[in-house]
Amino acid sequence: MLLALIGACRPREAAKGTALAQGPRVVSLVPAITEMLFAVGAGPQVVGVSSFDKTPAEVATRPRVGALLDPDLERILSLKPDLVVTYGSQEALHEQLARANIATFTYRHGGIGDTLETLEAIGARTGHADAGREATQVLRAQLTAVRMRVDGRPRPKVLLVFGRDPGSLRNVWASGGTGFLHELLDVAGADNVFADVDRENVQATSELLLARAPEVIVELQAETHAEESPSPWLTLAGVPAVKSGRIITLQGDQFVVPGPRLAGAAEALARALHPDAWSTSPGR
Amino acid sequence: MTTPAGSGAVQARAWDPHDPRRAAQAASARRRQAWRIYAVFGVLLLAAVVGAPLVGSTPIDLRAALDRSRPFAENLDAQIFFIARLPRVLAAGLVGATLAVAGVVMQALLRNPLATPFTLGVSSGSALGAMLALTFLPAWTGGALTSVPLASLAGALGAVLIVYALAQVRHRGFSTDVLLLAGVTLNAFFSALILLVQYLSDFTETMRTLRWLMGDLDVAGYRPLLIAAVMLLPAIVAFAWLPRSLNALALGAEQAGTRGVPVVGVQRLAFFAASLGTGVAVSLAGPIGFVGIIVPHLVRLLVGADHRVVMPASALFGAAFLMACDAVARVVLSPVELPVGVVTAVLGAPFFLWLLIRKP
Repeated sequence: MLLALIGACRPREAAKGTALAQGPRVVSLVPAITEMLFAVGAGPQVVGVSSFDKTPAEVATRPRVGALLDPDLERILSLKPDLVVTYGSQEALHEQLARANIATFTYRHGGIGDTLETLEAIGARTGHADAGREATQVLRAQLTAVRMRVDGRPRPKVLLVFGRDPGSLRNVWASGGTGFLHELLDVAGADNVFADVDRENVQATSELLLARAPEVIVELQAETHAEESPSPWLTLAGVPAVKSGRIITLQGDQFVVPGPRLAGAAEALARALHPDAWSTSPGR
Repeated sequence: MTTPAGSGAVQARAWDPHDPRRAAQAASARRRQAWRIYAVFGVLLLAAVVGAPLVGSTPIDLRAALDRSRPFAENLDAQIFFIARLPRVLAAGLVGATLAVAGVVMQALLRNPLATPFTLGVSSGSALGAMLALTFLPAWTGGALTSVPLASLAGALGAVLIVYALAQVRHRGFSTDVLLLAGVTLNAFFSALILLVQYLSDFTETMRTLRWLMGDLDVAGYRPLLIAAVMLLPAIVAFAWLPRSLNALALGAEQAGTRGVPVVGVQRLAFFAASLGTGVAVSLAGPIGFVGIIVPHLVRLLVGADHRVVMPASALFGAAFLMACDAVARVVLSPVELPVGVVTAVLGAPFFLWLLIRKP
């Protein structure tokens, strides 16, 4: 009780537009968790974010404290956080924060299950246990709704590409058989052509692309790119997806940030893969 | 076979073309010996050409691949063989031969056994170009040419011109010492710029750049190969003309000069030919390390120091070596593939060390 009072009396350098918040002051170095913090109602307690944070729009008003490779310890300390959200590989930062007696919440990317667990856990850690549970239930329900919507439809074999060299088929990186992208495909009613490869990322060489013969190619782009013409995929005319022209481009950073917007990402995938599942719109 | 000459192989046993003793006799013996060597390396290359396309992450049936009666669009074996593997093997051959010969020329030009095609800043310049394209350029396609190879070639040629200008500016001749120092310094400078850009760019871009630096032969088609081959033509012509002059240079610039070799002209030609070859190879497949130092030395250990034999033999062996390394890279961790640059070093280094310490 006394501690809480002292904590509340500490001089604050809260950023502009931050309401006086209840609970621990949080600095987040992980965009996915920043979104979760806002989703569970801990937004006002977020006093610093990473240099990659874009969502929600409110993060623009928060001080930036670096990111995965370049966390700025001095800035972090100057914000007097009670809790710092770090990525699992930032071991040096963990030690430094431990020496400064600041609690850390460590996170690593995993599957959808990990996202749901983390959402609940971050709610509990920031004094919003109920809201955290609720947000988790909502997200789970949304994902289930997408799954049900495409349930029973034929599942296409999909190559999920998240990066390649512009204008060519070199350095094609695709989702392997683990991680949230792979699981999103499953929710969206499709089979990953690399389901058997026990890695998050696979470099899909032309040989692999031909051998795996995807029926649909989905390209994720975090930001808008220029139109490529002719499409570099045409060099692999033997691939079923190229033959039938089922090459889909999806834009948006919800595909690279496994946070509360995962359901939206799953729905975007499902709508692209099974457009007819949404053509008859029952009242939602 | 001559005795291994160790690290001084470049300067040791330089063939003196103007020695009048036993010239005719020696010449015919040398020619026979040279053809024997070419035959051995040629067979090796042939084995690589035939063997490499047969291995990969996916088993294919060669008979089905070459079966003309089935339409290509439905013949997966043929597609994998002709679209994925053959271009890759040919790219390995082209890049391996080019880097090996460029290595020979650089070592002779700088009279330094540790010189590589990348010593004078060509690869870091091209890496910087590729990196800037990956990070800042929007996707852009100009027909067959795409932004990354073009930018890397531009970076390579930019580095070459800067180094050349520096070597020219000091005194009106062409100083290989200045060349070496300028190249090494430029390498460091470009590497620092690369780190800076990497630090400022996104993870995905950083990851792609790192991957590019490891080398990649998956060229996905014949067109990039054809373009690279055409751009290599001037370098190939120069390489064909150089061996005799490089033999003279191995005796030292002054010695060569007294024998009527146009030293500065030869040095310039050697520098530009090796740089152009390296630049084109790197823009096609990234900076694949080790080929340009290990193959020339291996070949010299086996055939002596006469550039008239070393250069063609290095071309043959460089091609075979990189094809073999790429075949290993494609199967060792199947279905994922190792970057070929990792394999060249892992396979090449121990083999080379063994050759170095083995008793003749």
